[in-house]
This record gives sequence, C-alpha cells and structure tokens, in this order.
Amino acid sequence: MVGAACALYAARSGLDVRVVDRGPVAGGTTGAGEGNLLVSDKEPGPELRLALLSARLWAELGDELGAAIEYEPKGGLVVASTPGVLAALRDFAAGQRTAGVTAEPVDADRLPELEPHLAPGMAGGVHYPQDAQVMPALAAARLLRASGARLHPGHTVTGVLRAADGTVYGVRTDRGDIHAPAVVNAAGTWGGDLAALAGVRLPVLPRRGFVLVTEPLPRTVRHKVYAADYVADVASDSAALRTSPVVEGTAAGPVLIGATRERVGFDRSLSLPAVRALAAGAIGLFPFLERVRALRTYAGFRPYLPDHLPAIGPDPRAPGLFHACGHEGAGIGLATGTGRLVAQALTGKTPELDPAPFRPERFDTDGGDAR
Amino acid sequence: MNPMELVRARPGASRTVTFDGRPLAALPGQTVAAALWAAGVTAWRSTRGAGRPRGVFCGIGVCFDCLVTVNGRPNQRACLVPVRPGDVIRTQEGTGRDDD
Amino acid sequence: MTERPRLAVVGAGPAGLAAALAAAERGVRVTLVDAAEQAGGQFYRQPAAALGARRPQALHHQWRTWERLRAGLDRHRAAGRILHLTDHHVWCVARDPAAGVFGVHALRGPAQEEGVVVRADAVLLATGGYERVLPFPGWTLPGVVTAGGAQAMLKGGLVLPGRTAVVAGTGPLLLPVAGGLAAAGARVAALAESAGPAALLRQAPALAAQPGKLAEGAGYAARLLRHGVRVLTRCTVVAAHGTDRLEAVTVAALDRDGSLRPGSYRRIRCDTLAVGHGMLPHTDLAETLGCSLSGTAVRVDDEQRTDVPGVWAAGEATGIGGAALALAEGHIAGRSAAARLRGTAPDPRRWAAAGRARTRLREFAAALDAVYAPPAGWAERLPDETVVCRCEEVTAGEVRGAVDPLGAGDLRTVKLLSRAGMGWCQGRMCAPAVAGLTGCPLTAGRRPLARPVPLGVLAALPDTDTGLPETGDDLAEAEVGRTAAEVGHPVADAGPPETD
Repeated sequence: MVGAACALYAARSGLDVRVVDRGPVAGGTTGAGEGNLLVSDKEPGPELRLALLSARLWAELGDELGAAIEYEPKGGLVVASTPGVLAALRDFAAGQRTAGVTAEPVDADRLPELEPHLAPGMAGGVHYPQDAQVMPALAAARLLRASGARLHPGHTVTGVLRAADGTVYGVRTDRGDIHAPAVVNAAGTWGGDLAALAGVRLPVLPRRGFVLVTEPLPRTVRHKVYAADYVADVASDSAALRTSPVVEGTAAGPVLIGATRERVGFDRSLSLPAVRALAAGAIGLFPFLERVRALRTYAGFRPYLPDHLPAIGPDPRAPGLFHACGHEGAGIGLATGTGRLVAQALTGKTPELDPAPFRPERFDTDGGDAR
Repeated sequence: MNPMELVRARPGASRTVTFDGRPLAALPGQTVAAALWAAGVTAWRSTRGAGRPRGVFCGIGVCFDCLVTVNGRPNQRACLVPVRPGDVIRTQEGTGRDDD
Repeated sequence: MTERPRLAVVGAGPAGLAAALAAAERGVRVTLVDAAEQAGGQFYRQPAAALGARRPQALHHQWRTWERLRAGLDRHRAAGRILHLTDHHVWCVARDPAAGVFGVHALRGPAQEEGVVVRADAVLLATGGYERVLPFPGWTLPGVVTAGGAQAMLKGGLVLPGRTAVVAGTGPLLLPVAGGLAAAGARVAALAESAGPAALLRQAPALAAQPGKLAEGAGYAARLLRHGVRVLTRCTVVAAHGTDRLEAVTVAALDRDGSLRPGSYRRIRCDTLAVGHGMLPHTDLAETLGCSLSGTAVRVDDEQRTDVPGVWAAGEATGIGGAALALAEGHIAGRSAAARLRGTAPDPRRWAAAGRARTRLREFAAALDAVYAPPAGWAERLPDETVVCRCEEVTAGEVRGAVDPLGAGDLRTVKLLSRAGMGWCQGRMCAPAVAGLTGCPLTAGRRPLARPVPLGVLAALPDTDTGLPETGDDLAEAEVGRTAAEVGHPVADAGPPETD
C-alpha cells in the first residue's frame, strides 16, 4: 500500500516510476490488513500530524476512486467500559483536539444512537468522524493503476546498485537490473532486509496480528468501534499477546475483528489464544456477535520500528535511497501522507510536514537497536 | 419406482412442518433439504446480491448454497439439519438477518 | 483410566474406518470423530435409521466390504476400543509440539453451535474430498446439483430432486450417479461425459491392469443400458436454462481440440442436472497443522505419515483415488500409527497386500485422472456475466478483471481484488474455476477455520495453545464428558463408549 501511494504521488509529481515486488499486488501486510484509516488512536505528535495529512489525501482519493477502493468515511467510536477509563479517554481526546482532531465526547445514553447493538453499561465514548476505511488490496491495486507506473510483480530485489561514490543507481532483481536515480524502500515488514542490501541498517521487525472475519451481515456495526484500552496497546512495547478488539462492519457485509499484537517473528500458524481473545473482546463490545460465525482468520505482520514511528525520506547513508516503511499497524492509513512526503523529497520540494521525526538514520544515533 | 421402494423403506409416521407458512409432511430422519425436495420444493434462499433463488448444490455441507431459516435461526444448512416435528422453515432472504 | 495411547481419527469414511479398525485391533484407544450421524462417509452414506430402509444396498456398491467395516466398528465400540463421536464437525486440530498432545476441536450437533474438544496423542486425518464443478451459464439455478450431491441426497434422504435428469461433466462418478438416479425412478435423459473413448483407450494399459475396476465400470454401464440411458461421450453442457429453476440444458459435442462442434448443440428438457468434474481433497486441517501439501493433496510417506510428527493422513485427503484406495491407505495408516504410538517401528511386510493394492490403485487413479480432464477451452468460453463465486456472486468478468487490469497473479490476490472465494464456502466451490479463468495454479487454500465457528465458541476456548483445558490431577472423568452446554467446551475424550 505504501509503495502504491509513493508510486502515485511520485508519478503525479512528474516522475517516471517503476514498482518492483517479489510477490503480487498487496501480497505482504497490505493483503492482511483491515484498511483502518485512523486518527483516533494516535496521540498528539508527528504520527498524528502524518495521519491528519493522510486522512485529507485519502478523502481526495475517495472522491476520485470512491467505491472502487471501498472508501468509507464511517467515523470511529471509542468506548470506555468504566468511568476511570472514560476519564482517561476524554483527557486523551482533549489533547487530540488541540492537535486538530475532531473528537466529540459521547455520553453513555447517546451511544445506542451511534451503535444500536453496542453492549449496554458502557461509561461513554468519543466519536471521531475523521476515521475512515478502505479495502486495502483494492486500494493498492487501484492506486498503482492510477499512477500509470510500470509494474514488475514477481521480481525479487537481490541487490541495491551503488556506484563507487556510494550513490544508489537502481536495483538488481532475480530477473535483471532496473536502473533509476532514486530507489524507494517500501518493503514494509521486509524493509530492514532491503535496507541491508543497500548496506544500511533499519531495524524493522514483525509484529503479528490476527484478524477474524465473520459471515456477511446487514449493516449492524456502523463505525469502527473499539475499546479505549486499544490506544494503550498500540503504544505498548510488550512482546506478549495484546488484544483489544476493533470491530467494524464492511461494505461487503462481513464484520472484521482485529488487532492482536504479538512479537513472534514470521510465524503464520494459527494461534487459538489469539482468536479466542479477539472473539471474547468483540462479544464484549457487541453481544449479538456470540452467535455470529467466524468464516476465516488470517495473520499479518506489521512492520514496526523501535520508536513506533515509520522511516520516511532520504537516507543520508546511501544517497539516492529513500525509505517509506515501518508504519506498524497504520500503514494503510499513513500511506497517502507518506507517499506525498516521499514525492516531495524526490522532487526537492518543501515537505508538507516536518520530516525529522521520521529520519531513517535515527536509530544509528539514538540507540534504538531492537535486536 | 421411487427411492423409498428401491430400498424397501418403512419410514416412521410423517410429521408436519411448515415452509413459508404452508404445511408439509416430512419423514423422520430426513434432512430439511430432503423433506423440501420430497415436497417438490427446490429453492429456499434468495441471494443477498442479485436476489436469485438457490437450493441444494453440493448436498454434503460444503457449498453453503442451501442456507435456510429454521425456527427463526438463519444460515442453517438444509442438507445437514434433520427436520423435526413442527419446524417452521422459511425462505432465507439475503443474510437471513433483518436488522438494518 | 488406562495409559493406552489415544488416536483421534477424523472422518468415518472408508479410510477413517479402515484406520480406526486397524489401530483398535492393535490396542490403541481410538476416538473416531465424524460429521455424519452414521459411519460410512460419502461412499457408504446410509439412509437415516428412521427411514427404515430394509435394502439400502440397492443404492450401493461393494456392500460386503461395508458390512465388514460396520461389523468391525460395532465390535470395537462394544469393547470400548473405539469411541465413535457422530455429528461432530471438526473445525481445527491444534498441536502442542512440546507435550505431543493434540486438541481436536469440533462443533457438535447439526446446527453446529456447541464446541467440544477431543484430546489425543496422535491424529489421523481421513477427511475425504468434495466435488469440483466448473461453471457454465445457468449453473446456479435450483435443480442444478453436483453429481455427488444428487447421490448423497438419494443415499441419505431417499429423495430425488425431480423427474427428469441429465448427468454431465467428467469423471468416474457420473456412471454410478446416473445408474443410481435411474434405478430410483428418475428418467435420465442423457449422460454427457466430456472425455472421449479415445482418451480411455490411450490409458488402456493402466486401466486394464485393474480388471476388477473395469468390471465395476462395465456393471454401471450395463445398468444404464437397462434403463435406456443415452450416453454421450465427448459432450459437454453449454448452458442450463430456466428463470427460477432448471427447465432444460443445452449440450454440445466437443472436437478433439476442445472446441464445440458447430451444429451439434442439442437442447434437452430436464428438471435436474447432476454435474461434476472430479474431486478435490479436504486439506484444511492438515494445512493448519503445518503438514506439507503436494499440489492440492496432503503429502504422506509410505506409512501414510505427514511431515508433522504424530499426524497421519489417508484416503482422498492424500489424493483422489476412490474407496478401495482409501481402504488400503487407511489400513496402513492405522497400523503405522498403532506401532508408532507404542514406540516401535512398524514392519511394512505385515501390510504388504495393502501396500500392493495401494500402488496399483494409485496408478489406476492417475490413469483415470488423465482421461477425465475437464475439456480444454472451457474457461475461455465462459461468458463474462456468468457467476463464478456462488457465495459472493462474483462474475467471470470480475474475476478476469482482478488479473487485467488490477494485476493479480495468484488465487489469494484474485480473491482479495474480486471477493471470489470470500463467502460462506471460503472458495471451496469456485477455486478451480477461478484458477482456470485466471491461469493461476490451483493451490490448496489456507483455511485455519475449516468450518464457520460461532464467535461464542471461540470466546469460550480454554486459554491454552491447543485449546484443551488445563489437565489437573483430579480432573473428573464425568466432568469432562459430553455435557450439553449451549456454548461451551466440554472435553469429549474420556467418556464411556456409546451404545445405540
């Protein structure tokens, strides 16, 4: 997804773009994602600024591509089960408002208006109208097509070509070299491996997530609904299984239940404790789900960096190499802003946001070695 | 010749069920699908997209085409669920769930 | 409680039954877990007991073999060596590699809303197969059923879908299905087999090595003749017609290159079309356990072991080959599992006869496979507007669009970009068609949930890797029996053998 967005904005900046992937379109984490475009889960700071820019750009793409990418500005609803959690959530939301987020407190008695099937007894919540959703695989495929970039699916990058002075001038693939004055590393969870091919370190690691998909239902869940504890999980450094259900309906009918977080490497095998936790959490929010059937479950691997911020922009250690990876679970949502920043960096324009927090080389100096 | 004669079946007394309000006789041991076939009914679902009729396809519980609402519970596989006396069987529209 | 090892056999068709009997014979406690109310699988599917069939063999072949299997099952059940769990729909088998323990998770009851888990020291997967049907215009009309589906409804429910049937497609199943329908009183207007006599001749040596099998086929053919069934070879269904149910089909002759011969189109009035294009193995449980697959089948060694320790597989799950092959494989698997569970290496010489039968029948199956290939060019002929994914109502045009312009190159990406395969059946029905339409290789899908599972059942799982409850020293046998909770997780591993 991030690569597709980089391709789109780079092409629209007048560059000639080629997209190389060892697999098919959306074959990595994109194909296992839920398509969350969230501002609600981010605290004020660089990631939220990127999320707000991205949300604006997604809305533009929604106007342009609309139903083809299943863009839905459905809004998010974060609920708190106890008054204590609610107080923390309201504080969090107040901070977000000062950073430009629309966050509307919702009293307990108004929750059923927003979500008629929500479990009774919640203390209250916050409504985030800027949260939205796309179908990630369709979005990636449609953005690539809209970019007009030439695709090389099924081409594995085996090397990054560097001149004697260290300048990057293309990539070597298992099916031939591709020369270019700039190479963008949008390899997601495998972005660290690609960086290593260029001789630079980028400590991207996988954090596994399971998603449960239910049988098709009528529109019963209207927003992206999640428990306030989710925010704490996203920022967590724990390697253990963390679960806070994000429950949402989709245009196609099934309800998606997402967001286990485990650091277990690239192990795709089914984890019953993970699906158990997802199901229990989802039923806690929407009791009617108890009798609804899960049709499938799948795992994806979020690419995370030690400080939970992505790497975006030029790499001074390898001139000509740019990074756009490490977005953890927010890669779909942050893809558009990332693509815009990368395109601006490629064309020497002033970036729309301060890119400093996303500097790819930051882990060389601030001791962020996660290995 | 019919299947019952072929195997010299001596089924128990038939029971009454309803399909979309119409009473039907069903034999003990039959699945909902078999009872409906025996009554000449071959479709009991309309798809949630195009609203097209469907009934049994694979007959062994794999394809989920024969989903039907039995006693108010949607998405039962007619080819697996045995018919019980008094069952209220209804054509399943779409997802089988009628909330908005 | 005894210390004898426990083997869970999933599936009570020919392979599972042969395996369960072979293992029980050798001192293993077997838990036979099966979705049906009675043993037999698809091949020996029995009419419900309440239907009072006094001559069920009229719908069956190889009846004596079945009687032997049933008698063996009854004997071992009575002796407490086999616990037969009927109406148990297995959705996942989880393994704890360190403890060497498996949790076999099933949904109980026809509505499949109660979760139970069976504890075992080893697992034998005899999950069988399901039918492959390639689409054509009109194939979603009520009255169009799979060939196996027509047979299952007839054997199990003693019903026919209509009065006048056409049987079509390709494969060895079509003859017995047409014969069964005709014997049960349907008028079979035609049997349209897309393979030609020439293809059969090309495989003649391998087929002739199986005189018994050929005689079986000749028997089916004679039955068709008796009922006046017209057999059309090198002939395919072009379309099914009707508005809200099937009224007629059009068939056409195939040229050698797979194209439809102009002027050969023929419309046949019928209210039933039983159609099939061969079978595919059920591999979901094996795939989730981490077993390697070979193509669309579970890979096994000479002892029918998968490459996951403690997991055996036999029958159609390891490659489509019919009931006789399933019996041989099941027998070998059961013997191997019994020996390995006792910590000894089995002596293959003891099952030499089954081993020879297995070799021969696998060759025969490969020869049949070559004969009964779907007609070339079916995918190119499929109109864009024909629904391919029956669940999500995705058309051939939409599937093609996932490849060009959207750039998919494998079944998973086609699914993501078109929704073909995302519905209730999880692509089991449409995957072969999607593969054919897109040119993507047909691979076994990844389905960690082998059946739809109520979220309430998932939420009630014990919080362990295998989903088995923590085994305390004082775990009461009664407590882990089969209590009827609406949603819950009793363990069904240690109850007394059931009696009828």
